Amino acid sequence: MAERSFVEEVKKLRLGDGEVFSGEGILAVTKALLESGVSYVAGYQGAPISHLMDVLADAQDILTDYGIRFENSASEATAAASLAASVNYPLRGAVTFKATVGTNVASDALANLASGGVKGGALIIVGEDYGEGSSIMQERSHAFAMKSQIWMLDPRPNLPCIVQAVKDGFDLSEASNTPVMLQLRIRACHVHGQFVASDNKRAKFSLKEAMEQPERDIDRIVLPPASFLHEKEKVEQRWPAAIRFIEERQLNEFFGDDNEDIGLIVQGGGYNSVIRALEHLGLADVFGESKIPLYVMNVAYPLIDSELIKFCEGKRAVLVLEEGQPNFVEQNITAILNRHKCQTELHGKDFLPMAGEYNTQTMLKGIRAFLEHYGRIEPLPAPKPTVVPRVEDNKRKVEVSDLSQAVEAAEVKPMGSLDENVHARPPGFCTGCPERPIFTAMKLVERELGEHHVSADIGCHLFSILPPFNLGNTTMGYGLGGAGAAALNTDQSEKRAISIMGDGGFWHNGLTSGIANAVFNQSDNLTIVVDNSYTAATGGQDILSSKAQNPTRSTGHLIEKAARGVGVKWLRTIKRTYDLKAMTESLREALTTKTKGPKVIIAQSECMLNRQRRERGQVRKAIAAGERVVRERFGVDPDTCTGDHSCIRLSGCPSLSIRPNPDALRTDPVATVMNSCVGCGLCGEVSHAAILCPSFYRAQIISNPTGMDKFREKLRRGIISWFQRRSAAKREQYAF
Amino acid sequence: MQAKPIKIAILAMGGEGGGVLANWIVALGEHNGYIAQTTSVPGVAQRTGATIYYVELFPKSQIKGDKAPVLALMPMPGDVDVVLASELMEAGRAVQRGFVTPDRTTLITSTHRVYSIAEKTAMGDGRVDSEALIEHTRAAAKKYIHFDMAKAAEEAGSVISAVLFGALSASGVLPFSREQFEQTIERGGVGVKPSLRAFANAYRRVGNEGAADEQTDAKIRDLSQINPKHPKVAALVNQVRQQFPEDSQAIIVEGVRRLIDFQDVDYAQLYVQRLLQVQQKAHADDTALLRETGRYLALWMSFEDAIRVAELKTRSSRFERVQDEVKLADGQILTINEYMHPRVEEISEILPCTKLGRWLLKPSSWGHKLLRKFTQEGRVIQTSSLRGFLMLHTLGGLKRWRRKTLRYQVEQERIEKWLARIEQNAGSHPALALEIARTQRLVKGYGDTHLRGLKNFHTVMEALDRHQNRISPDILQTLRDAALADEQGKELDKALKAHALA
Repeated sequence: MAERSFVEEVKKLRLGDGEVFSGEGILAVTKALLESGVSYVAGYQGAPISHLMDVLADAQDILTDYGIRFENSASEATAAASLAASVNYPLRGAVTFKATVGTNVASDALANLASGGVKGGALIIVGEDYGEGSSIMQERSHAFAMKSQIWMLDPRPNLPCIVQAVKDGFDLSEASNTPVMLQLRIRACHVHGQFVASDNKRAKFSLKEAMEQPERDIDRIVLPPASFLHEKEKVEQRWPAAIRFIEERQLNEFFGDDNEDIGLIVQGGGYNSVIRALEHLGLADVFGESKIPLYVMNVAYPLIDSELIKFCEGKRAVLVLEEGQPNFVEQNITAILNRHKCQTELHGKDFLPMAGEYNTQTMLKGIRAFLEHYGRIEPLPAPKPTVVPRVEDNKRKVEVSDLSQAVEAAEVKPMGSLDENVHARPPGFCTGCPERPIFTAMKLVERELGEHHVSADIGCHLFSILPPFNLGNTTMGYGLGGAGAAALNTDQSEKRAISIMGDGGFWHNGLTSGIANAVFNQSDNLTIVVDNSYTAATGGQDILSSKAQNPTRSTGHLIEKAARGVGVKWLRTIKRTYDLKAMTESLREALTTKTKGPKVIIAQSECMLNRQRRERGQVRKAIAAGERVVRERFGVDPDTCTGDHSCIRLSGCPSLSIRPNPDALRTDPVATVMNSCVGCGLCGEVSHAAILCPSFYRAQIISNPTGMDKFREKLRRGIISWFQRRSAAKREQYAF
Repeated sequence: MQAKPIKIAILAMGGEGGGVLANWIVALGEHNGYIAQTTSVPGVAQRTGATIYYVELFPKSQIKGDKAPVLALMPMPGDVDVVLASELMEAGRAVQRGFVTPDRTTLITSTHRVYSIAEKTAMGDGRVDSEALIEHTRAAAKKYIHFDMAKAAEEAGSVISAVLFGALSASGVLPFSREQFEQTIERGGVGVKPSLRAFANAYRRVGNEGAADEQTDAKIRDLSQINPKHPKVAALVNQVRQQFPEDSQAIIVEGVRRLIDFQDVDYAQLYVQRLLQVQQKAHADDTALLRETGRYLALWMSFEDAIRVAELKTRSSRFERVQDEVKLADGQILTINEYMHPRVEEISEILPCTKLGRWLLKPSSWGHKLLRKFTQEGRVIQTSSLRGFLMLHTLGGLKRWRRKTLRYQVEQERIEKWLARIEQNAGSHPALALEIARTQRLVKGYGDTHLRGLKNFHTVMEALDRHQNRISPDILQTLRDAALADEQGKELDKALKAHALA
């Protein structure tokens, strides 16, 4: 079950013609799919389209009503290959995944799909994760669209445009027998807005018909000579058909004053930022009325020669605002203008940065430079050198009389700059995360056996590369933790490389690319599989090995069985990652055992974020119902904590923090456990295993105690407080 | 002049309700005649990272025909009307990114701190200066509203987003009434009552000019109020008052208090005696040296042996503190479990017979081997149970024989050596003496941590002894900071090499 539930929101998917839909971009896309009459949808979760998968999962009854097949694909490759259903049959289908990493995985299937072409509309919705907040390498899906000749839509980022793009996408796909990519940038996926809904549509041609009357056309299969035919077909038929469709449907838009002799070209996704930049220059208003002509390409690929020539005609110069490099669009336009002997000067990366996200600020700078260059606006006056008068800093003046009492008075330091006082806040493991103890154990074993090469993977566990753990040397892609250490195998070293792999990555491809590969190639390395019952990093979706009972999916398939099934001999399963002793012992053994062959440790504990979400309500209900409930949390005694913070360095838990030292003599802050502590137990295990201080305590809070509890408590309290009173009285004699 | 959208940026950390706040603002706008758009980049930011939620509001009344306003998906530096920060460093980040400008931005921030990982993992004090953050963010904003919203939220039994929403309402920058704000919370339907309480708290706070919380540092008690009952203690406190300069008295009295609590009045007398010796060697006006030596001497003399730990853990005041900390409600029962891992070292050093202690510490002795077998694993002791309490209480009772323990004697030797170094320099090189006194800060913690600190302390002191004529106070301070920079001692090695002291 996913982290975020859309059960309430999916009701909006039933809205009918004329009703106003209000919600998130990703939900609007789902509604558009229903309005387009799709027969099947599939995908693999990952930001920013995880929510799309979650919405679909929560909307299964609606999907069933319309006879739509929905799959949580094993990988992006699986999802892309599902589009094969649209090759022979007039079935509309959509798949979704995170770009560009998902497109990388899917590229084999996508290339085959694009080669043979499609009969039914095939839409690939890619969540483009580029720029601020991105968690992947900075590349664009654009290259995939070009190399396989898949059309790519990049609509203006508002709900009506996005919904329209979904519908246009299917039509375009069918008109040109080509799959279409709909690129949605991360903020567009999460944008909240409104659009006017239409009725949902049931597909005219059903899956049943396809299965009962299978069609076969050998010309659609990628094998010579058909594959040569496909290439010709692409350029001679499908491309021209797409161009015709895009022109007729007017998918691209022209805005602004046509009397100007300069203009801007931008992809749909960047439109809002361009308008905001022009607004700042006084050249557009809030409704997008622009004084500068704009050519907005809601179709990022292919480019439409006729429209470009029409736009450039009579213009001295145009500026292309294209994010990322290589600058495919700019190069393409250059070629088009050249071929048509168009004299318009083309600008792009000469006024804008080669790399990085084009936010409003960047666009403003580039557009300003362009407009200044062509004399359309006056350059900003050079800032006059300002003279800052020297004034006494009255604010921080400290009264001398105050100083005599203040302990640190002699050490009043000058105030640091803002930069010195603002730290980075890298993401980290959640409170009580079961993955943290795995890395704590690795840290402890590192103290004994020295550093090892650690091949990291994709998932929450990748946070191990950041402080406080600082573990992990490379990461090569989802499920590729094991593969990433393949070459680091030699008899000449006593050491073994360690690979990390999540359960998500394991089922995605890690079982074959990592584990089976290590067995086959007689690797001697260690792979740690982090089994937390979900693909936790993408929002807690279920997978094969999930413990959850999912009515529409088959779960409970053990990773251990799969690994043994491909031939792993040395395997340990740790049922509770918080058991630091078992964790360290297994690690030590795996790294030192004389047994040859790959070692696999499966470290199991449920993702705490999901567990808390599941249990919190239950606990609240139980307490309200008068049941005996024991809550555990940790604490630190400030009078025994000496402020070294070793515990934090070995844990990094968000609920383990620091606070000012209440002690009059000590100055270093003490460790403290916040009330958000979920009592996972790691703090205690760490202080035992690493022989830290005795400051940690575990408090058990019993709600609705039984009669026996109360009796025992009364007895204990009576005796204990007698001793305590006696000691306190003794101390009191000397107190002051 | 055309209407412009109202631009609001929310800087929050994952799980702080930034999304809830953004949704409230959207709902507030949409319900009251505005077009509202919001976006964010969640993803990994949900896992404790920081993130920005951005909202734009545009009045429907200003729309001409069917033209919808084009709203931006991210804030632009210099073009934001309201910035809401759920934590002080995030406010600093907003200023750093240029979202807060003195010509138009209202900055509403909580002043509480959620420490960054760098601040938390420092081996000493890695905290940044909150005051600097407040001053810089205040200077950057047109209107500045700041108070401890975590506290306000806790008092209301709610979350920070509701407090921010209340502060936003009271700030008066949005064209909506308090009623409209509150109705938004009610329509949301989740946790309405506590949210409204938190909202009202914030509203009242800002309405009353939103004075910042004064972080009172009441750790040191007022000397004039001190009147010990016990004659011996009173005499000692008087001695401190008469013989030490005024601005070192507060700390020295704290030291006296600590050492009586740790051992007895005689031990506190020893402390005063030792300080008097330092004073004799020091310049008459060198109160800094007395203060700092007073502080660190008290800390060292109250070294943390198992006896001390057991005593602190069993006090009634400690039981009450834990109750407060876990927010124990009426009718609930509390049990307290301690995590202890005494090793041969910790046990041997508190036996009231040094000979026995030394023998047990010898790895070749059969006693050592036997004891080691039993101390392989850490133990959990339930102090709230009779067995656990009596065990620790008895251990704490060993206090009366502490002077006979190995640990006591070893620590006294170390203290004397350290004091000798201070005294040696107090007259001729007071700045160096001061730094020597402060180097004691390296010695802290238990078990491995204590060993590491002690090792670093000795390394620094040995360097000092060997290169007396080359080590300036500044270098000594550098060495001390380096020793606190990492656990492996890499920085200390580097610093020693850099100054050719290795």
